[in-house]
Amino acid sequence: MMSGTIANVRPPAAQLDGAKRRQVLRQYRRSQRRDSLRALALVAPLCVFLAVMFGWPLATMLTRAVSNDDFGAVLHRTSASLAEWDGTGTPSERVYADFAADLRQARDEQTMGQVTSALNFEWTGARSLLMRTVRQLSSEPENGWKEKLIETAPDWGNPDLWILIKRLAQPYTSRHFLAALDLEQAADGSIQGVGPEKAIYVTLFWRTLWVSAAVAGLCLVLGYPLATLLARLPLKTSNLLMMLVLLPFWTSLLVRTTSWMVLLQDNGVINSMLVWLGLVSDGNRLSLIFNVTGTLIAMTHVLLPFMILPLYSVMKSIPPSYVRAALSLGASPVTAFWQVYLPQTIPGVLAGTLMVFVLAVGYYITPALVGGQSGQLISNIIAYHMQQSLNWGLAGALGSLLLVGVLLVYWLFNRLTGGQGLRMG
Amino acid sequence: MAAVTFENVSKTYDGKVSVVDNLNLRVKEGEFLSMLGPSGSGKTTCLMMLAGFETATSGEIYLGERPISRVAPQRRNIGMVFQNYALFPHMTVAENLAFPLRVRNISKADIAPKVKRALEMVELAHLGDRLPAQLSGGQQQRVAVARALVFDPNLVLMDEPLGALDKQLREQMQYEIKRIHDRLGLTVVYVTHDQSEALTMSDTVAIFNFGKIQQLATPDEIYETPCNSFVAQFIGENNMFSGTICERGDGVCKVRLANGDQVHALTVTDAPVGATTLLSLRPERIRIDPPAADGWTITTGEVIEQIYVGDHLRVLVRVFGGHEFVVKVQNRSAGNGLTPGQKIRLGWRASDCRALDAAAGQAGAA
Ligand SMILES: Nc1ncnc2c1ncn2[C@@H]1O[C@H](COP(=O)(O)OP(=O)(O)O)[C@@H](O)[C@H]1O
Ligand SMILES: [Mg+2]
Repeated sequence: MMSGTIANVRPPAAQLDGAKRRQVLRQYRRSQRRDSLRALALVAPLCVFLAVMFGWPLATMLTRAVSNDDFGAVLHRTSASLAEWDGTGTPSERVYADFAADLRQARDEQTMGQVTSALNFEWTGARSLLMRTVRQLSSEPENGWKEKLIETAPDWGNPDLWILIKRLAQPYTSRHFLAALDLEQAADGSIQGVGPEKAIYVTLFWRTLWVSAAVAGLCLVLGYPLATLLARLPLKTSNLLMMLVLLPFWTSLLVRTTSWMVLLQDNGVINSMLVWLGLVSDGNRLSLIFNVTGTLIAMTHVLLPFMILPLYSVMKSIPPSYVRAALSLGASPVTAFWQVYLPQTIPGVLAGTLMVFVLAVGYYITPALVGGQSGQLISNIIAYHMQQSLNWGLAGALGSLLLVGVLLVYWLFNRLTGGQGLRMG
Repeated sequence: MAAVTFENVSKTYDGKVSVVDNLNLRVKEGEFLSMLGPSGSGKTTCLMMLAGFETATSGEIYLGERPISRVAPQRRNIGMVFQNYALFPHMTVAENLAFPLRVRNISKADIAPKVKRALEMVELAHLGDRLPAQLSGGQQQRVAVARALVFDPNLVLMDEPLGALDKQLREQMQYEIKRIHDRLGLTVVYVTHDQSEALTMSDTVAIFNFGKIQQLATPDEIYETPCNSFVAQFIGENNMFSGTICERGDGVCKVRLANGDQVHALTVTDAPVGATTLLSLRPERIRIDPPAADGWTITTGEVIEQIYVGDHLRVLVRVFGGHEFVVKVQNRSAGNGLTPGQKIRLGWRASDCRALDAAAGQAGAA
């Protein structure tokens, strides 16, 4: 195929034609497939692990936030017959009979709880109403269930209650998400805010947001000078100091919490010192723990390394010649810092801030230990609904909103850095 | 008038090793001075002290008449080109050039034409809006030079500015930097470890080793008359062989070699009779079949090998009972008929063979 003149020598790919080319293409594809299969095999264990331990629970949480399964399943006859009811006046006798049958079955199978808790959440007094009703179910009524139930409790003659039951029996619901935003659906289906005494979640979301932002800000203010110093020191010294930075990771949470208490409580080291110095009068000791101040201090302490590490790695990659060049060009050290050094550390600043912010948004244990009442964050209430009130639907909704918020922040961050993403060095 | 004066300057980083050792140096106004030496010999440290980023442990540096040890770097008005260029990555080329003018509070209206002129000087007028990362290495280098000159500094320092460029680009930039120097009448202190760069560009070359200036001279003097064995070995190629001084005359001496042969040499060392000396002889000064003439050293040798380089041939010859000499022969006609094992006559002017101090081999890690 080689021809004598240079002008005729073409790249080898162009020399392949027809059957030969197809064959090469096939071989190429096969080798590519083998390569990607091998790559896939290498990451498969991790993928499986992530799917089982992360993907699946996440999906469960999200579905729980919108699903109404339990209620509809227990009241399956009622929901079937309610489907034909147009929502005006009281439902037909048939609905009442099915409802009685469902309730009786639920009583026997001990699944009443799922009906009660869901209904009680939206209908005041639903618990006693249901208990009273269940007691009347043993004997067959003379004039049908409709009359008997309304006789037992006039609520059963209220169309609003039946609209509510019809809504609750749908397979999907928005009520958890509404509740997570301090909203509810009125009997007529319109969305309204809950009363001020019940509205807690939005406040908590806002508090979580500003506490996280403040923690990120504090970490930046404290971490930036330190990272600058570390990046400038010889490696041996900076390694030693880095260990000190990482020390919070190595101490047990219990020890850490105890030391915060020793330091921060009313009669703690810091207050005693301030009183001794005469900066604070004895009666006016600062409350530094078991409130939002405690949360701020403790979270800043724990999350500081996540700010310092990305800052350090970015700063380490900036040769000292940049600042020197700025000085040699006539800039004062302050100008050189603001106009030459700082702009180059921005990727580190953004990465550290994002990292600390995202971690703070989901922080749970520290606020629980030192936050008192006013220092609780949204994760604490999620934990409460997961573990104590067992309102997993609401917990799921709160968690999903948190997830969306974090993704939003991440998106914003990516926009700010021009799609460079995180730079951990 | 001297633009820069180093007066007994010493520098140590750790209190033990003198990286710069009692250095004295004067750079004249408008001079292009190169500091040339193996890596680690203290060239960058000298430049950093001059720029103000390191302080001398002792001694004083003067800019003109003014001692500068207490002058902050930003007030020295020294332009500097760094080895990695140190172009600010978040500013465009034009912004980089405007930076030194901006921090001098020069009005916007005056900045623009100055930046334009500087860019034209390095032939990059069309690239003002690019970021440094969007430029090739050679273009970045030009921007760095332009930025160091745009504020009309008294003195320009360059620390291996061409080290990162490939050979062809490097030669082109050498020429351009030299042209700018000549046109603007700048005083330049230029650091390099590339000897051909130093020899081609400089008015004066300072050869560094172990923090000391070994020789300060014009490029041709450095090449023709190295003053010690370090310079002789460091610059160009030399045949080095040692012997004992057995007679000292007026500028010449007689040296006895290990095999008992005696040769005449130009005395550069001040070592007395009986001391060991290192002789150096440039390969291109050795002639094969030399004419019998006065003042020539003639000997015989055995051809070991011949290497074809192109414009010349390198002939490896065994002489004086064991020394291997390299002889450079101009490639005047195809094939000169030398074969390995052949005995030949060769010779050189006695004045081309220089008797230097014996302490060669001290060169820092090159
Ligand atoms: N900041 C510093 N701290 C400690 N030692 C240094 C420092 N800078 C340079 N040195 C040492 O000083 C010596 C001379 O270095 P340098 O001036 O950079 O040499 P050159 O530029 O000739 O290669 C080297 O041995 C180097 O290790
Ligand atoms: Mg150097």
